[in-house]
Amino acid sequence: MKENVYFGHIGIGEPVKGEALVADDNFSARYDLDRINGIFSRKSHKLFNQSYVNKILVLNVAKGGVATAWMFRSMKISKICPKALLLNFANPIIAQGAAHANLPLIDRFKSDITKIIKSGDIIKLFPKEGKIAILNEKSTN
Amino acid sequence: MKLSHKELEIQSGQFGEVRKLALEHQIQVGKFFDAQSFVEISQVHIMADTEALGLAGIEYLENLAQYPDPQKQVWVPTITDPRGSDFKSFKKIKQNKRFVDMEKRAIDAFKQLNVMMTDTCINYQVFMPPVKGEHLAFGDTGSSIYANSVLGARTNFEGGPSALAASLTGRTPMYGLHLEQNRIPNKYFKLNVRPTNFSDWGALGGIIGKQMNSYWDVPIIYGIDFKPTSDELKHFGAAMASFGSTPMFHIAEVTPEDHLAQNKNPKMNNISLSDLNNFYKSYLPKDDHLDVVVFAAPQLSLNEMRILSELLDGNKIHPKVSLLVCTPSAVKVLCDKNGISKKIENSGGIILEGVCFYNMHAREIGEANGWKRLMSNSAKIINILGGYGYETILNSMEKCVISACQGKIVK
Repeated sequence: MKENVYFGHIGIGEPVKGEALVADDNFSARYDLDRINGIFSRKSHKLFNQSYVNKILVLNVAKGGVATAWMFRSMKISKICPKALLLNFANPIIAQGAAHANLPLIDRFKSDITKIIKSGDIIKLFPKEGKIAILNEKSTN
Repeated sequence: MKLSHKELEIQSGQFGEVRKLALEHQIQVGKFFDAQSFVEISQVHIMADTEALGLAGIEYLENLAQYPDPQKQVWVPTITDPRGSDFKSFKKIKQNKRFVDMEKRAIDAFKQLNVMMTDTCINYQVFMPPVKGEHLAFGDTGSSIYANSVLGARTNFEGGPSALAASLTGRTPMYGLHLEQNRIPNKYFKLNVRPTNFSDWGALGGIIGKQMNSYWDVPIIYGIDFKPTSDELKHFGAAMASFGSTPMFHIAEVTPEDHLAQNKNPKMNNISLSDLNNFYKSYLPKDDHLDVVVFAAPQLSLNEMRILSELLDGNKIHPKVSLLVCTPSAVKVLCDKNGISKKIENSGGIILEGVCFYNMHAREIGEANGWKRLMSNSAKIINILGGYGYETILNSMEKCVISACQGKIVK
């Protein structure tokens, strides 16, 4: 099995494995998500109408307001939640929300993480090491 | 992180489980951002509307509220951001009663923590304005960017759980905007257009915010040859923070830390009239149908309420359109006293106090009222509500009022 490993800054949360959902776009739970139906609801978002439930979201930077800090926990309890979050740059709100919800988060990779991982890739996160492993990359054929 | 004697005592549980857990949360966040230590703070502003909290968040607060007072009550003055329901007016906008009940539960819990229910995002205009160099834990992007930029105080965006933790420990991890090196501007802008109203200021904030690459970008703006008002900078900062997750800006010759600009030959990003016009045009719909006009985000100051009341005085809102205005309860009292509320309400406008429209479960309110097309002079709310199923239009307060009275979008 092909396994590529990448490192970011030391993150938050426990190890987790799942399928990536990737876009070169930004992220705010309040601005971008329909948290009842578990889909991206902002029309201008590159993941518009796609389900984020149980996916490892891979996006560019955190944006917008502070509500995400509370929302992650609520989303996790309702099980309408991503499995984890990888960003090029988190902001304090995303980090605080991840810590409050125990939602795995890693950011600050050496390269643009949205270019490294593709939607459908199976990846594993090791937040305490700031490490991700792409276990089996999505076919590019 | 290096912990002080007091922090070690908190960590050991000497002050109870609630404060211990709060500190552990803060250490986790501090380590994520490489904080070396904590810094004591003088006040906390906490965002915890019920839409953001959800039932899980309310239950979390209620659980804290069960602890004995010495363990659960805040250690520094702590005030609240807008709530999610106006108990006096929720029926006027068809807000579901279940959201009102959630709100009551959250307020009851906060009161037991000795949190002061100020319910405003413009706390810096109404209560305890911070001073230069003061370390804070502010929990609204608008209040944070204003405190950092205009007042020279120091805060990161502190989301609800972290703001609450800060209020319980009296400190916050020292990273980000608490450190001078992260307040130095690294993006340079030159305004070649003169903003003439609040929506122009918001639009310019949005234009700059969109160009920020992350929370760690700090812009400085040149070309403003007059002294902006507090309300103008409020709209500017709120929009910039909303579009860009930006916690601080400088304006040359205006804000108190503009001297931190060190680059003598920076790459200057010019902003022209056409940039401003294009920003407005990007929100123009294909037809002139209009459902609701909202003045909020940030809540209106006393002076904004006065200006709005004069625009509405003697006019009537078209029966097919609703007009909502959000202001702090403290400002509403003064509006009542000065005849401002009467002018707005006589025109058919609805004043919502202690709330902000977008955090009132705006999606459900829109569905209950059949509202789709929403017009505002706030670039921030125009940005946010795009994700809530609304088609949003930005224009000046004057054009918003004219549109509300004519029952259609007037450009």
